[in-house]
Amino acid sequence: MSSAILWAPLAFGLVGLFLPSRAVGWWATLGAVVTLGLAIAAVLGFDSGSSALQYAVDEPWISGLGVDYSLGVDGLNLFLILLTAVLWVGGVAFAAFREQERPKTFYFLMLVAETATLGSFLAQDLLLFVLFFDLMLVPFYFLFGAWGHDRTAEGGLTASAATLKMIVYTLIGSLLMLVAAIATAIIAADGGHLTFSIAALQEQGLSHGSQQWIFWFFAAAFLVKMPAFLLHGWMPDAYRAAPLPALAVFSGVLAKVGAYGFLRVVLPLFPDATVEFQEVILLIALASILYGSVMAFTQTNVRLIAGYSSVAQLGFITAGIFALRADGSDGAVLQMVNHGLVVAPTFVIVALLLERTGTEDIREMGGLALRAPVLAALFLIVALATLAMPGSANFVGEFYILNGLFQAKIVFAFVAISGVAMSAYYALRLYQGTMHNRQPEGLLSREIGVRDALVLVPLVLCIVSLALYPQLILERTAPTVAQTVAKVGGGEAPEAQLADRKAHDWEATLAKR
Amino acid sequence: MSFNEPHIDYAGISPLIALTVGLCVVLLSAVFRPLRRTAPLLTMVALGATAGLLVWQWDDPKTLITGALRLDDLAISISLIAILTAAFCVLLSLRERATEEAGSGEYHALLLGSVLGMTMLAQATNLVTFFVALETLSIPLYILCATNLRREGSLESGLKYLIVGSIGSATLLYGMAFLYGGTGSTNFAGIAHGIARSGLDGDPLILIGIAMAAVGLAFKTSIAPFHQWTPDVYQGAPTPITSFMAVATKAAAFAVFLRFFDVALGSQLDSWQPALAALAAISILVGNVGALGQDSLKRLMGWSGVAQAGYMLGSVVVASEAGTSALVFYLAAYAFMNLAAFAVIVARERETVFGDDIRGVRGLGAERPLLAWPLTISMLALAGLPATTGFIGKLYLIEALVEGDYTWLAVFIAVGTMISLAYYLRVVAAMWMRPEGERAAGARPAIAGASPEADPVDPEAGRRWSLAGPALLAAAATVFFGIVPQPLVDFAEHAGRSLFG
Repeated sequence: MSSAILWAPLAFGLVGLFLPSRAVGWWATLGAVVTLGLAIAAVLGFDSGSSALQYAVDEPWISGLGVDYSLGVDGLNLFLILLTAVLWVGGVAFAAFREQERPKTFYFLMLVAETATLGSFLAQDLLLFVLFFDLMLVPFYFLFGAWGHDRTAEGGLTASAATLKMIVYTLIGSLLMLVAAIATAIIAADGGHLTFSIAALQEQGLSHGSQQWIFWFFAAAFLVKMPAFLLHGWMPDAYRAAPLPALAVFSGVLAKVGAYGFLRVVLPLFPDATVEFQEVILLIALASILYGSVMAFTQTNVRLIAGYSSVAQLGFITAGIFALRADGSDGAVLQMVNHGLVVAPTFVIVALLLERTGTEDIREMGGLALRAPVLAALFLIVALATLAMPGSANFVGEFYILNGLFQAKIVFAFVAISGVAMSAYYALRLYQGTMHNRQPEGLLSREIGVRDALVLVPLVLCIVSLALYPQLILERTAPTVAQTVAKVGGGEAPEAQLADRKAHDWEATLAKR
Repeated sequence: MSFNEPHIDYAGISPLIALTVGLCVVLLSAVFRPLRRTAPLLTMVALGATAGLLVWQWDDPKTLITGALRLDDLAISISLIAILTAAFCVLLSLRERATEEAGSGEYHALLLGSVLGMTMLAQATNLVTFFVALETLSIPLYILCATNLRREGSLESGLKYLIVGSIGSATLLYGMAFLYGGTGSTNFAGIAHGIARSGLDGDPLILIGIAMAAVGLAFKTSIAPFHQWTPDVYQGAPTPITSFMAVATKAAAFAVFLRFFDVALGSQLDSWQPALAALAAISILVGNVGALGQDSLKRLMGWSGVAQAGYMLGSVVVASEAGTSALVFYLAAYAFMNLAAFAVIVARERETVFGDDIRGVRGLGAERPLLAWPLTISMLALAGLPATTGFIGKLYLIEALVEGDYTWLAVFIAVGTMISLAYYLRVVAAMWMRPEGERAAGARPAIAGASPEADPVDPEAGRRWSLAGPALLAAAATVFFGIVPQPLVDFAEHAGRSLFG
């Protein structure tokens, strides 16, 4: 099952290379739909009470180097896989309704990207995770660079320069992560049998000293990917350059891989360091919330408003994870799915706005709702979900996150709350600026076409249905999350634990004397 | 007086015999008019026979000629890499101007001579064979670099290589003299024994010998700060020869680097390990920074070779079985990655008037996908991106380094790789990401035909199997062994075990 989900997109992509150019878009859509079908089947067959790995595959891959082809699904990645499959159907179908240059290569890369992304969610071997994490970047490098937009006229970068910046930023993190992953395995093996299996590495454990530096190598990779404050330099240029169908899936899913990496790798493998650096990461997360929100207030390019709002939302998710409590992480997992579900439609809407107005500048838009009530209504639902309106699943997610944060670090929670208030402002600003206000002269408003509605309506329906029943996700993630968080102290206040450990060290030292 | 006939293991030296015979036949073929066009074919036959004889000896280590040579899996694997590269070089040399100008027979005979040197160098376990093999390898290369007789750059390249190479050899020889003087033995094992017996641990005599030998080898493997010749020579030499030098010379020199330092000087580990680690770090930094902003693809490959040599030197530093395996794996991967790139460069050199300038590959993705993909894969693999052998090679190297307590050098490799993205991806971007308009304007520049020396344009070059075939084959191997690395890992582990097992 896991293997089928992982390789289905790639298989369709390869076959697509040999089809006539006109058909390849639909073929790719079919591939994405088949993958979605497999992902839904995985959710239906998932045993929700268990925290164990399901649909597990474990074969030796490079036995000499201790690397296994090991995949599996549990509460942490189940819905992220489903999210990936859903958004890719949307992104590919949206592209298929439009003419693409060099369509064969375009769809091939889109599907390679899906396989790589699914791989990083499914991987249960540390090295396989790193491999897919790096691999994700390659198709997007080509998609953004070759099908993207040059922004030199607006004082920005060319598409290839912008993507180069993106890839250098993100690979700085992930190459260090490669070294760190290898170091983890070798230190844990301590001369014995070398393995990269995440489960086995958890058992073996690392010394406190090694955890400290390895933690930062991993954290750097994940924080760049999100992107977090100070490491987000690649984001504005890349977002402005990217072609919108690719950007919708990129922004909807890839940022989550960073947050997911913390839950999958960092918390279980480096618990001591996680507790030790909890506040540093929380500070970065809060800075991301504040900075992302403020930037989202002031940007005029609609892509960047959505981009910076993602920085803020990912800050929220990180804060939830680093509350190091079960409810915080539950909320974070839920919020990852929620955010993916709102940000991808946002970019689809941005693409529709661009087609109607010929601009991405919010100051030159307005009044579109007049002639396009359905589009406006869909956008309104997305916007309200973005600002976490009570009744939306985003509200539930943020509530859980804040709940966890309040119990763990109350001061941080107060700052984080301001992020909730600010999200209302930027979400409504985006909605009003485009849909309401006075319609500029010469701007034609058009209703959403049936074909685009076919893409957008199902995504919005996902948001609505999740709002009605967020328990769908929570009850399946809770057991795994509880198990993960238990590694870093779970219920009790983590600093008490660390103090406890330090006290033990003291006792040991005293005993020696 | 009785005379004992020495035992000669003809099976063991059969690869060397095959190469020597092949060399003579190819050289003579140039004399007989009807055979003149057969030189490439005869060269391929000689290479194929040698490869077959080497594979026959696989997993059967033996010491030859009273300890002067040792034919083990390390030597065989390195020789096979050199032969593979030479075979690619023969294909790339078809229709090459340099081949015609220098005479096909002579050109190919020199190539075989160099391969002979490499095969011997990979087996050398004695200072004398070491030095003789190194010269057998180098002297034909000096000449081959200058075979493009009408191009000043080619002659300059040959002369420069000759002078710098001689300095390297002289330094190495001087270092060997110190080691021999100190230990009284030319045999690698004898040197190790001599150091232990005479209590020469850390003696200045030995240390000077080690330092000079390391410098000499650093010249050959183009390790910074002894790399200055590399970009110039790479750029000036005929491109097929550049590809051969870039891969095969490095492989053979690293093989003897391993054997010499790990076997003969293994006891002096503490004195040379930090020095070589520092050299590796400098090389990674210098090579990667130097490659930034290079417009000539051959210069770019030269600088990238300096950086890659730094990565590989890391595996010599740790002096372990894992390090040796990692090196052999990396060299094999490096061969595929480089050959794919050079085949495309040769094709574009003949197709366009830009020579090896990066402008020559602009818009290749839309225009000639069958050439663009191999170069793309090669660049991504050199940058160490996943699903290529480059990634697995880096993984192997870093694993060996971390295991050998050289984590800082592993981090250096990661940092170097980041810098390298800037220039490898520049090539990829040129192929796939130039707007159509700009390319159309630059496709036929005003300078066309301005220089009487400009190579004739052969717009079909990239469609010929002799260029597209090797490019696609090497790129396919790069991806295949990136996804199914186990066969290559087994190959490398055999080599590693033969030195440390």
